[in-house]
Amino acid sequence: MTELAAAAASSASSDAASTSQAEISAEIDAIAQEYDAAQVVETDARLDYPPYRSSILRHPTKAPHQVDPEGIELWAPVFGQRDVDPLESDLTIQHRGEPVGERMVVTGRVTDGAGRPVRHQLVEVWQANAGGRYLHQRDQHPAAIDPNFTGTGRCLTDGDGTYRFTTIRPGPYPWRNHHNAWRPAHIHFSLFGTEFTQRLITQMYFPGDPLFALDPIYQSIVDPAARARLVATYDHDVTTHEWATGYRWDIVLTGSHRTPTDADTEDDQ
Amino acid sequence: MTLAPTPGQTVGPFFGYALPYDGDSHLVPPTRPDAIRLHGRVYDGAGDPVPDALIEVWQTGPDGAVPRAAGSLHRDGYTFTGWGRAATDRTGHFQFTTLRPGGATPYFAITVFARGLLDRLLTRAYLPGAAPEHWPGATARADDRGFVFDIRLQGEDETVFLAYAQD
Repeated sequence: MTELAAAAASSASSDAASTSQAEISAEIDAIAQEYDAAQVVETDARLDYPPYRSSILRHPTKAPHQVDPEGIELWAPVFGQRDVDPLESDLTIQHRGEPVGERMVVTGRVTDGAGRPVRHQLVEVWQANAGGRYLHQRDQHPAAIDPNFTGTGRCLTDGDGTYRFTTIRPGPYPWRNHHNAWRPAHIHFSLFGTEFTQRLITQMYFPGDPLFALDPIYQSIVDPAARARLVATYDHDVTTHEWATGYRWDIVLTGSHRTPTDADTEDDQ
Repeated sequence: MTLAPTPGQTVGPFFGYALPYDGDSHLVPPTRPDAIRLHGRVYDGAGDPVPDALIEVWQTGPDGAVPRAAGSLHRDGYTFTGWGRAATDRTGHFQFTTLRPGGATPYFAITVFARGLLDRLLTRAYLPGAAPEHWPGATARADDRGFVFDIRLQGEDETVFLAYAQD
């Protein structure tokens, strides 16, 4: 454990809630400067990122074991039309009334590192409501629950790898990493590729969020260009007249080891 | 052309109402005669159980073939899709009802997500005796109904997590 991590661990165990944003921001800045000085590009989130206090005891300390994917790992599970109802991609129609908030469409393409579309594959999303409240029993944030919004959706990508959800723009919400900690508004995305190794769970953010610099989860991707890949783009061509604003966010999974075949697009039809 | 990959982020604390679903961890019904249990606990670096982790399994069936059938989200009780998902309970415990994987070196391919874990981790839970020579990690061990595979995120006996060679 580094000195910084040790200090953070001791702080996490004693007084995480009393750590100020200024202290967290100073830790974030120190890591950013260290990253800049090292001149080695990192494209993933750091697992060992002490400003996110919950990561301190939950990251491996040993280097991962390098393997070549084989057998089952060269394939991903198949999801088909039996798994997902097309209506599940609209998070605004799951109840009797309209949910509160800014109706929006988010769409984009899922590809592998070579630009090949990930066809007919499962995409899952979940998010807070417009007031920043999750419909989860452990969410104690005293913002209103919206009886017309659950905040979960699913879809299958189409033949071009495109996904599309209709939802409500989520609000930012407070959490307990430190005193006065707020997460930038985001939508959680869960993705499968054509191979097991491409499995990805991540978060999509909105352009220009003032909370970016303050958020240890977003900043755990220490490379500015890499973390910018999690930010959607406002797209007026996706926006629809008198109905919904539109955002575009493309997702690139890690390169694949096997050339996708027709078998990757089979479903239970 | 090589496109830069989209980075991962933690699954966060509130996936519990979104990702688990009815039948998620029952790749086959527990009443099936050849059903086995794969289970274990997830521990953090202090040795405490992790009650907010999500484990996924992906595996061959006993014949060693890669399942290509859809239906994991709405299981029909007969089709083996080879994939399942289980959230850990209050004691960090997860369990799957499944079939014994087959093939030359049978293992369960495991994905680990958790609050506090900034990106997913991948590992293999080999059946006892199936791991290649010099495999650096623990394998699953047999118990009376199937196999046990504990996951230790950090520490002396940390689980061996995998990085895959890229093209």
